[in-house]
Amino acid sequence: MIPNPNIPEVNIPAVIQNIPLQHYLILSTLLFVIGIIGVLTRRNAIIIFMSVELMLNAANLLLIAFSSYRSDPSGQVFVFFIMAVAAAEVAVGLAIIVMIYRNTRNTDIGFLNKLKW
Amino acid sequence: MSASLLILIPLLPLIGFLINGIGFKTIPKGAVGIIGTLAVVASFVLSVMTFQAFLAAGSQPVIVPLFDWITVGSLNIPFSFQVDQLSLLMLMIITGVGSLIHIYSIGYMHHDEGFGKFFAYLNLFLFFMLLLVLGSNYVIMFIGWEGVGLCSYLLIGFWNKNTYYNNAARKAFIMNRVGDLGFLLGIFTIISTFGSVEYLEVFSKATDFEIGDPVIIMITLFLFVGAMGKSAQIPLYTWLPDAMAGPTPVSALIHAATMVTAGIYMVIRSNVLYSLAPSTLEIVGIIGAATALFAASIGLLQNDIKKVLAYSTVSQLGYMFMGLGAMAYSASMFHVITHAFFKALLFLGAGSVIHAMSNEQDIRSMGGLRKKLPITFLTFLIATIAISGIPPFAGFFSKDEILAHVFEHNKLLWVIGVLGSLMTSFYMFRLLFLTFFGTFRGTHEQEHHLHESPASMTIPLVILAVLSALGGFIGVPEALHGTHHLAEFMSPLYDASRMVNPEAFLPTELSHSEEYLLMGVSVAVALVSAVVAYVMYVQKESVPAPDSQPKSALQGLVYNKYYVDELYDNVFVKPIKTLSNILYSFGEFFIDLIVNAFVRLTQFFAGLLRKTQTGSTGDYVFAMVLGIVVILFWKLLL
Repeated sequence: MIPNPNIPEVNIPAVIQNIPLQHYLILSTLLFVIGIIGVLTRRNAIIIFMSVELMLNAANLLLIAFSSYRSDPSGQVFVFFIMAVAAAEVAVGLAIIVMIYRNTRNTDIGFLNKLKW
Repeated sequence: MSASLLILIPLLPLIGFLINGIGFKTIPKGAVGIIGTLAVVASFVLSVMTFQAFLAAGSQPVIVPLFDWITVGSLNIPFSFQVDQLSLLMLMIITGVGSLIHIYSIGYMHHDEGFGKFFAYLNLFLFFMLLLVLGSNYVIMFIGWEGVGLCSYLLIGFWNKNTYYNNAARKAFIMNRVGDLGFLLGIFTIISTFGSVEYLEVFSKATDFEIGDPVIIMITLFLFVGAMGKSAQIPLYTWLPDAMAGPTPVSALIHAATMVTAGIYMVIRSNVLYSLAPSTLEIVGIIGAATALFAASIGLLQNDIKKVLAYSTVSQLGYMFMGLGAMAYSASMFHVITHAFFKALLFLGAGSVIHAMSNEQDIRSMGGLRKKLPITFLTFLIATIAISGIPPFAGFFSKDEILAHVFEHNKLLWVIGVLGSLMTSFYMFRLLFLTFFGTFRGTHEQEHHLHESPASMTIPLVILAVLSALGGFIGVPEALHGTHHLAEFMSPLYDASRMVNPEAFLPTELSHSEEYLLMGVSVAVALVSAVVAYVMYVQKESVPAPDSQPKSALQGLVYNKYYVDELYDNVFVKPIKTLSNILYSFGEFFIDLIVNAFVRLTQFFAGLLRKTQTGSTGDYVFAMVLGIVVILFWKLLL
């Protein structure tokens, strides 16, 4: 871990110390990779959307982990904002998918290929 | 002398121009004429007041600074006016004759659609002309110089629906540009030599130079090229006869009384420099004499009333330069003044004739107009006598003074001058007799329409006639027991010249009897030509042959103006046109090649790149992830 000179060394509660930071890193990386693979391989728009959410939450998890281990609350504040924005984004994204479904009667992104030369 | 009054002198015509120029479509005709004329008349009144104030204050030049204009390094060009004897004389001519011509134009241009436009241009012209003579340095003179060229262009091509007139305007503008380049080079040389363009500073520094210094000769030659263009001297004179395409008041104001004398003004203004360069003065004198003779000979056979006067103007300007060549600066200025009177009068008289003849300009279709246009005839007669140099009218005094100085300077030039004077008298009386004597040769309809011009046109004629008759008495030579008021008045202008070149300003060596003889010769010559013209055109009633009749070789040569226009056309215009056509087609080919090559190349690469735009969302997502991965690796690993 890289010590941050701006933040004084503080005691991290033992409950948190039970799980080392590396585990969080591995978990969120796994989640993120799953998300990427989902986005790349699936053709259903809803599943791609879920994969994107997975990636987003992998990043959130990492932010919270770092925030706890550094005793710096700003990371958690950051995550609250991301969640709020993500909620709005989900509403918009789902609305778009609903509209696509109404127009094409399915949610396969293979049909959305009109934007080309 | 109050500075604000002086500023108003050029400003009033500018205001007149702005009012008439912006609102000429909405302002009624009556108001346009009054605004335009009032601006100039007020300017004239102010000029008179300035003149009085100057006389009361002494004889030293007064500088009226307005603002700092250009400051670059050590070069400082202020925007200021200089009031001295020379600028005052020019002011009086410009605003005085200008006022009369404005009044005349109210009558002359009354039926014209572009009445407002005409007055706007005329006012703009006066603004620039006043700037030219009032400026206290060469750069302001240059602004005025270019401005009057522009107005000349606009007014020659005033009836712009006629292609011939437009071409004449363009010719005047382009020929003037040739001269302007010389003037500009002269100014640059002045800056690099003296580090200033202010007259007073340049001239005081010039007094340190030796007579015949090559730099001074170069400067004066460059300046003279400018004067050649503006004052229509050989080889740049051909624009002036064509400039007659403009309305007649324009010919009177711009192409006879004021603008074309700008070259003479410039030489007199730079008299210190010219006095230091005798070899330039030789060239000035020779070119002046050649122009005087050459243009006069063309005038002998012209049949267009305005063309005759145009060649006469070129010839008279030649006389002025001849005088300058003999360092008779005051005499040349004297001729500028008298010429402004009688030539403006001749043009306005011609305008009155053209007005009466329903726009006919060919003297072969006139004749016998004396009874129908008595006032025009009388004034025209006075002007003719004045220009021919018959005493006691104005032209006699000024022309004789020039000829006397030239005689002292160079006998050959004097002979040329007298020959020119012989021709002048002949073509002027020929014009007079063909127009006003004999029987009417025009159509019946024209004869029915003949009428004397309205008062707004005849009053300026009468005033100018009085001036043409009496104007000479401001400079009666000593030999005739008079005082030369003009020479005395202008004397302080040459103080510096007198210091650098004292020999040139020695009092005349001619004895009174010699002077009488010279006067006698030129008067006799003028009278003889007048009598010859009388015998030919009144007693024998001969009329110049129509154009269809073949002419003898010499007559054809002179009638066609020595084919100078054709010569210029073949030597300059056509080769340049050919060259530019070649360059044009070459450039067209070459540049198109490069541009088209780039177009092809872009199209080719674009064709390759657009294949990546598949439209499939999956591909785009893949490209995005790949991109992120690449960036991460770039940042983290490299």
